Amino acid sequence: MGKCFNTLQFHASRCDGCGDCMTACAQAKAQTDDRRYSRIQILPRTDGEGVELALCRQCADPICVMNCPSGALTKNADSGVIDWAGGKCVNCLLCTAGCSYAGIVYDAEVGHVTKCDQCDGDPACVKACPNEALEYRTAARIFNEYADMEDMFCRGLSACHGCNSELLIRHTMRMVGPDSVVACPPGCIPGMGTVGYNGQTGAKVPTFHSLLTNTATMLAGVKLQFKRKGREVTALALSGDGGTSDAGFQSVSGAAERNDPILFICVDNEGYMNTGMQSSGVTPYGSWTSTTPVGGEMQGKRTESKNLPIIMTMHNCSYVATASTAFLEDYYEKLKKAIEVAKTGMAYLHVHAPCPTGWRFPSGMTTEVCRMQVRTNFIALWEYDPANGLRFTHSVDKPQPVVDYLKMIGKYRHLSEKQVSHIQHTVDDKIAYLRQLTQVAAERRPVAAR
Amino acid sequence: MQSKYLIVGSSHAALEAATAIRLIDADGALTLLTRDARLPYSPTILPYVVSGRSQPDNVVLRDEAYFKDNKIAFVPGADVVALDPAQSRLRLASGETWQYERLLIATGAAPMLPKVAGLKDVPFHVLRSMDDAINLRQAIGQARSAIVLGAGLIGMHAAENMAKAKIAVTVVELQPHALAGYFEPKASAIIERTFARNGVTMLMGQTFQSVQRQGAGCLATLADGTTVAADLLLVCTGVKPNTGFLDASGIETDAGILVDDLMRTNLPNVWAAGDVAQARGFWGGKVVNGILPNAVEQGRIAGAGMADDAGVQPFPGAVPLNTYSFFGQQAISVGRSGGPGSEVAEGGSEDSYRHIVLKDGHLVGIATINDFVDAGIMWQLILRGTDLSPVKAEFIANPQLTGRRLMSQLWR
Repeated sequence: MGKCFNTLQFHASRCDGCGDCMTACAQAKAQTDDRRYSRIQILPRTDGEGVELALCRQCADPICVMNCPSGALTKNADSGVIDWAGGKCVNCLLCTAGCSYAGIVYDAEVGHVTKCDQCDGDPACVKACPNEALEYRTAARIFNEYADMEDMFCRGLSACHGCNSELLIRHTMRMVGPDSVVACPPGCIPGMGTVGYNGQTGAKVPTFHSLLTNTATMLAGVKLQFKRKGREVTALALSGDGGTSDAGFQSVSGAAERNDPILFICVDNEGYMNTGMQSSGVTPYGSWTSTTPVGGEMQGKRTESKNLPIIMTMHNCSYVATASTAFLEDYYEKLKKAIEVAKTGMAYLHVHAPCPTGWRFPSGMTTEVCRMQVRTNFIALWEYDPANGLRFTHSVDKPQPVVDYLKMIGKYRHLSEKQVSHIQHTVDDKIAYLRQLTQVAAERRPVAAR
Repeated sequence: MQSKYLIVGSSHAALEAATAIRLIDADGALTLLTRDARLPYSPTILPYVVSGRSQPDNVVLRDEAYFKDNKIAFVPGADVVALDPAQSRLRLASGETWQYERLLIATGAAPMLPKVAGLKDVPFHVLRSMDDAINLRQAIGQARSAIVLGAGLIGMHAAENMAKAKIAVTVVELQPHALAGYFEPKASAIIERTFARNGVTMLMGQTFQSVQRQGAGCLATLADGTTVAADLLLVCTGVKPNTGFLDASGIETDAGILVDDLMRTNLPNVWAAGDVAQARGFWGGKVVNGILPNAVEQGRIAGAGMADDAGVQPFPGAVPLNTYSFFGQQAISVGRSGGPGSEVAEGGSEDSYRHIVLKDGHLVGIATINDFVDAGIMWQLILRGTDLSPVKAEFIANPQLTGRRLMSQLWR
């Protein structure tokens, strides 16, 4: 597999053009406050609409390297950075002819070309940015660590176009690995071929199709039987929100209360999307579903969704966390912990899966919808364990208004201003409640540590 | 012998074609045949080998490990003498033959010698191969005076190196100005003055009438009848594409091998790229644009086509481009220095120069000395036909900053 690299990401919309990044770069690279010597240049757009960036992109097909006659420029196979070897450079400037980004430029003061070297993995510009407009993205690690692991599903699962469940289960099963047994109650995940695939199962590990009502208990029993036989396996449930929050709840709740050693993943698409988009216990207020339609009597769902992950924390099982596929680094950290925890106790992961088919948004927008759920605090990313309580894993400060999220999605298209305002209040209340829980946790931590 | 992909040549066009092929076809047999006995190097580096700034073994563009890792057979010392397109076969001077499915001709160019009476009887140097560079470096160590015939890039680089080595250098150029192909007269004059200040005698608009041997060196008689004697003669009067081995092949040539926008020749399964190829000129016609970035781009296109890369992009047309350092100064030129219907904005100060050519609000060319502009950005602004009308005054006042602001929003 090819290698992925860390990268500097620029969010133009968050940049106010203060230029602190340029000062930091000039200081780090040229020991001066003169921003002309910065290797990152924030530039006002010619149409006056905000700012843009001139910076080395550390290209995968670097023309500067190809144009170099002396071998002074090379793409570092470990870091991905385009390295410049001063001893070999002959100042021909042909590299500058290959760059459309002004990423490598001649510096008359020092008498040679200069370019961004990402400060050897600790970029000064990123640390200097007061607005998080610059980010040093390290998600490349995920690909490098996991891409070569075996994909535990066959090719060609038949999920709907744009569904993130396939991404989720392939990623998850790579990390869980072959020593595992999977339980899938009725829902989209078995429907897309996990349990039924041309008369076989689509998973490469033992998989059983449990009932909606008994997934967690059945899985706990299977795990116990493997243990009796002397085999250590990860017992994994891949369940929808219906199979977890509604008909499946009594068995999930029982397993959590007994702290059975299983890893239960709830893939939450906010309803029964596999059977015709009926409402479930976690369908949010205002959503159009086939059982909460929009018409004269009803304007979408009239009741609130139940906060299932918080309910799970109330069972004091070993680990509970929420996750989003737009924040895979965060998810991987949680999954790693959950796999470890599930050797001895119950781990519960609640992963959000916006449904292009049932929620009605373009299939190319799924990850953007996931991201907006988090940015607006519609969902919060947090983790919980009984010793440390609840903590946020992604900042809930400075959220965008929830309407920015709602307007992306067809099932909310009918909402009145009043309904939107109601949802905003609900979101604010939920975050306030979670904040209280994090404070409880902070106060209680020293006690737990004893 | 046979190879699915066969590339003749081992410089920029050949190497980028090999890279492009390997992006699509990781395993198909791929062979580079090159006349040179060395690992790949760039002709552009040679003046720096002459000056001693670069060492011959330190300028290798691809090493043995690269060829091994990428399953590329690198065959040095392979002098191709004939192409038989009907049989898809190449013949080498050794008698060996190579069968191909896809062939790229990237044989570059060789020095073109002027018709000067007596030249064949005098010892002289050219500078196109590593051996040429090593020989010239040795000769400079022993010479006290030199004549450089031709004030192109290679000649000017060599003249500078020799001047720095305390050799009395005379540059003789037929054109009225140095680097006439790249800079308009005012810029050339600045460059010429710098050379003169550094002790180089610049004889522009002059040429050899005849030359004869004198001791270990030569005595040249110029067109105006004056004579110049020197220990060393370097002839840099341009290059011509290496197409001699194709004479009986039926390949279409003009100034170079004629290619379409995907670098295909008229022969089936035969591509050509780099200094040997004559491709679309950005302002019309077909031109041999013997510059390194052009070879890189054409090599990439040819390689992609050879490997059936569905993403292959046609050649947008050759734009003259040059970045030139001399005596610690920088000259940059992209595009044309004039043309019908264009307007020129000149700028600069005592020690710098700026020449911007616009036509109907679009950039046609820009040349600067000691006034750094990003050549890559200027090139893109020309290729994209970016309308500069809304920012014309700003662009003329500060082409570097305005160019960066434009491209930072346009590159997407």
